[in-house]
Amino acid sequence: MTEPRLEVKKTYKLYIGGAFPRSESGRSYVVTSAAGGFLANAAWASRKDVRDAVAAARAAQPSWSAATAYNRGQVLYRVAELLEARRGQFIEEVRAAEGATARRAAAQVDASIDRWVWYAGWCDKLAQVAGSSNPVAGPYFNFSVPEPTGVIGVVAPSDSSLLGLVSVVAPALVAGNTVVALADELRPIPAVSLTEVLATSDVPGGVVNLLTGPPGELVPVLAAHRDVDGLDLAGAEPALAAAAEATGATNIKRISRPVAPGHDWRRDPGTARLLRFVETKTVWHPIGV
Amino acid sequence: MQTVEDPGARVAPLDDAVASAYRDAAATGVSSLVSSQDRLARFLAGLPGVDKVGCEQRAAALATRSIKMPSKLWAIELAISMIDLTTLEGADTHGKVRTLCAKARRPEPTDDAVPPVAAVCVYPDLVAVAREALAGSSVAVASVATAFPSGRASLAVKLADVRDAVEAGADEIDMVIDRGAFLQGDVGVVVEEVVAVKEACAGAHLKVILETGELATYDNVRRAAWLAMLGGADFIKTSTGKVTPASTVPVALVMLEAVRDFRAVTGRTVGVKVAGGIRTSKDAIRYLVAVNETVGDEWLVAARFRLGASSLLNDLLRQRRKQLTGQYAGSDDMSVE
Amino acid sequence: MALEPESTRSGAHAFNYSPAPESRAVARLRTSYGLFIDGGFVESIGGATFKTVNPSSEEVLAEVTSAGPGDVARAVAAARRAFEGPWGVMSGRERAKYLYRIARLIQERSRELAVVETLDNGKPIRESRDVDVPLAAAHFFYYAGWADKLEHAGFGPSPRALGVAGQVIPWNFPLLMAAWKLAPALATGNTCVLKPAETTPLSALVLADILQQAELPEGVVNILTGDGATGAALVAHDGVDKVAFTGSTEVGRRIAEIVAGTHKHLTLELGGKAANIVFADAPLDQAVEGIVNGIFFNQGHVCCAGSRLLVEESVASTVVAMLKRRLATLRLGDPMDKNTDIGAINSAEQLGRIVALADAGEDEGAERWSPPCTLPEKGWWFPPTVFTDVSPSHRIAREEIFGPVLSVLTFRTPDEAIEKANNTTYGLSAGVWTEKGSRILAMASRLRAGVVWANTFNRFDPASPFGGFKESGFGREGGRQGLGAYLDD
Repeated sequence: MTEPRLEVKKTYKLYIGGAFPRSESGRSYVVTSAAGGFLANAAWASRKDVRDAVAAARAAQPSWSAATAYNRGQVLYRVAELLEARRGQFIEEVRAAEGATARRAAAQVDASIDRWVWYAGWCDKLAQVAGSSNPVAGPYFNFSVPEPTGVIGVVAPSDSSLLGLVSVVAPALVAGNTVVALADELRPIPAVSLTEVLATSDVPGGVVNLLTGPPGELVPVLAAHRDVDGLDLAGAEPALAAAAEATGATNIKRISRPVAPGHDWRRDPGTARLLRFVETKTVWHPIGV
Repeated sequence: MQTVEDPGARVAPLDDAVASAYRDAAATGVSSLVSSQDRLARFLAGLPGVDKVGCEQRAAALATRSIKMPSKLWAIELAISMIDLTTLEGADTHGKVRTLCAKARRPEPTDDAVPPVAAVCVYPDLVAVAREALAGSSVAVASVATAFPSGRASLAVKLADVRDAVEAGADEIDMVIDRGAFLQGDVGVVVEEVVAVKEACAGAHLKVILETGELATYDNVRRAAWLAMLGGADFIKTSTGKVTPASTVPVALVMLEAVRDFRAVTGRTVGVKVAGGIRTSKDAIRYLVAVNETVGDEWLVAARFRLGASSLLNDLLRQRRKQLTGQYAGSDDMSVE
Repeated sequence: MALEPESTRSGAHAFNYSPAPESRAVARLRTSYGLFIDGGFVESIGGATFKTVNPSSEEVLAEVTSAGPGDVARAVAAARRAFEGPWGVMSGRERAKYLYRIARLIQERSRELAVVETLDNGKPIRESRDVDVPLAAAHFFYYAGWADKLEHAGFGPSPRALGVAGQVIPWNFPLLMAAWKLAPALATGNTCVLKPAETTPLSALVLADILQQAELPEGVVNILTGDGATGAALVAHDGVDKVAFTGSTEVGRRIAEIVAGTHKHLTLELGGKAANIVFADAPLDQAVEGIVNGIFFNQGHVCCAGSRLLVEESVASTVVAMLKRRLATLRLGDPMDKNTDIGAINSAEQLGRIVALADAGEDEGAERWSPPCTLPEKGWWFPPTVFTDVSPSHRIAREEIFGPVLSVLTFRTPDEAIEKANNTTYGLSAGVWTEKGSRILAMASRLRAGVVWANTFNRFDPASPFGGFKESGFGREGGRQGLGAYLDD
């Protein structure tokens, strides 16, 4: 008679600087499935973890934005290839996290992969859509180019554990920003799996960092951090978001406010998110012999 | 009344510091620079470039200066005293030159307070006529030479041209540089010709015409200006007046900067003459403003700045009358030579 | 006043340019002005007024009304009615024609506007006449053309206006800042409540008159004069959908806090401490002009002023010497004289700030220099000032002075220049001077600034987007990109 086989459970860690450290505080919290069953102990990120993640994002930002747009596109496309390879895993995790049917979970995962592909293709096109040659009234060549804002703190949406996360992280990366994302507290597992995909693709360490933990503790730290240049408060509760926006004024952070409840992540995102964490730089030069 | 201190600070340290920008020239000495085409070419290439748009912007800003009375009258009379009254036509006759000289020594028949012009400028074969007509006056006789205006002749012919003019009594020689040599990179030839002409001048005062319209870029104007000064020019001059564009304020600015910098390096003061296309008092005053704000009022004398022109004089006289009487002269009120 | 007369040398006399005053009469100043609400001039509900003064003489120019919270509410309500009424339903093509009218009227009344601006602000008449007023007209002209082309502007097929815009502007370019705010807001279909700066209300009030002449529908633009409290009330008012602010970073921060958690969209254009970088191979004479223009244009009251000169060490003494020589030809004095280059400081408060920071510069050990010039007895004045031997840690290298004070630092390599230039929380503008093309592009790409002027400085154009990185603010004014501030995404 064959023995029943015991599953090897996974320890869920943070993703900082391309590595998977445990929380510096050593704490964790229980993640349950939609049905209420135990899923995992997720790392409970501390303030220091937030600062480490920001430091990693800051360190990675110059070379990520200095990479050619073509290169960034290639890197992001590779992520989509690896997501596809793990399609089954993600469907299972989304099902467990959200209590969705297999069909709906599959639809969400497919939409996430396709969205990632969509954003990969934007890297070497954004400048042509957001930039311009400006016809000034004088003998000057004048052009505008989009540049990345810098380090973006992202509060992942709470109503879509994979598609929502992809929809807020990917556009920030296209322009050359680096990201410190806080996964949805209740449904973090697809997010953590995404980081495993990132780690095995060509995304340089520090370009994306993921923390898990209670937003009430961690969002204020991100909001107050002077090395965070922008905040996407997509999944933040209104009161928390308002406080974060106010705190973020300390270094004039660019703020993207929470999405409305019931937001349909499947809809064509347009270019709004792509342009949100972009700074337009305009250059003048005289024309003369 | 608050006054900011230390008015003396602006003068002394400046010249030293500017000289350091031309370390090469100061170190090797002007003569060794001139004797080596290679070294000369590299020196010229090392001069600061001129951004065309920026230079023209500065000239345009200077043109916004609004010169009112009594400064305006002063400027008009100063401009009159700086004119090289010019006739350089194939059809010039003794009669033409004589009437021009009469105007030159007494521009305003109704008012002796109007100064004479600085010089009369003619072709070499009319120098003797001018000399006789100007005898006893302070007006100098300037002659063009060196196969003016093209300069396309052998050095021997050009020097003979100079000697003719000098022997006929010219006080000043306006030579042209060899633009062909310049544009093909033979900067040594250009400067050697200036040196040779200066020698042939035998003490006559030498103005070197750059013909800026043919040099085409402000960078070239700067380089040609330096060549002329290194060769011994007493004045650098913009144009023959026979080519368009002739003188413009931006070109004059570049040349004024060059004489300023040359003085800082070598201690020698070179003058600037603008010529060609200067027809109105407004134009003339714009040049005076450019001189004033680029090299300072030390250059606001005929010994350092000239306006080569013909019809300009009447416009200056007309403007002068307007400032003094409130009335504009009609076209028949002014003499035509 | 103006230049010290030169002593006569070698027979030369000083060319002193006699006084060339512009006439005041064309300004047609009234003794008092009301608030411009719902298409007409009205008194404040509270009846409060204040005086506006000519900073070059301290003479009172006019009495101006101070808008209180009730007035703010009235104005916002008028703007709301106009948005939900005629302006909101009007086609872009019709909106455009109002804006074209306004542009033309500004051009027609340009002399009057220039004189009013100089009297109220203290800037030289030549600048008001040649820069401020023409650019203001150009902004209206440019955005007029966008009004009926929004679906092609890159913001989706049917971009929507935000609603009522509350706009607070500074005193350094009063009319031009009003144009920068109103033109794009109106072109995109919003209505406006504009709050001019406390010390410079007059040109906005003349603009109100122009709006009436243009027959702009009532309530589309409302202009509330007043002080900081008026601006705060406007920004905080629930009926405002969009806040646009130009001013100090400190106030910008407070505004960001006020709108946090609300529905209000926000754009900010704040302070700067721009680096003007001069390499040894720069076209030196033009670079010196660029340095002078960069910090002394508008008395240095420019957010994008080139207030830090970063000069390559090998040419530092040459450039500084050339700069000092050039500064000696600047004419400081009566702003209404057409030959004046440096006008008055806008207020006693601002002068106090400049004096304090300049004194700090000396205390910190930097070397201070100004060309000789005589300051008029009345009014608020500060001579053009250059500090050399400045270290990056000095206050005068880090803090915005907003006055005619230049701090000179050196660098050895392009990397060092970039590092020093970017080592600031500001990021509005930067200048680069070099004749080497690849270096220009390398520097431009690495400078963290919203505007990079290469071999030029302080160039503005309505087609050219303007705005900051980092704590110099966010959002752009000018160009296609400038529409984004006023459209709903």
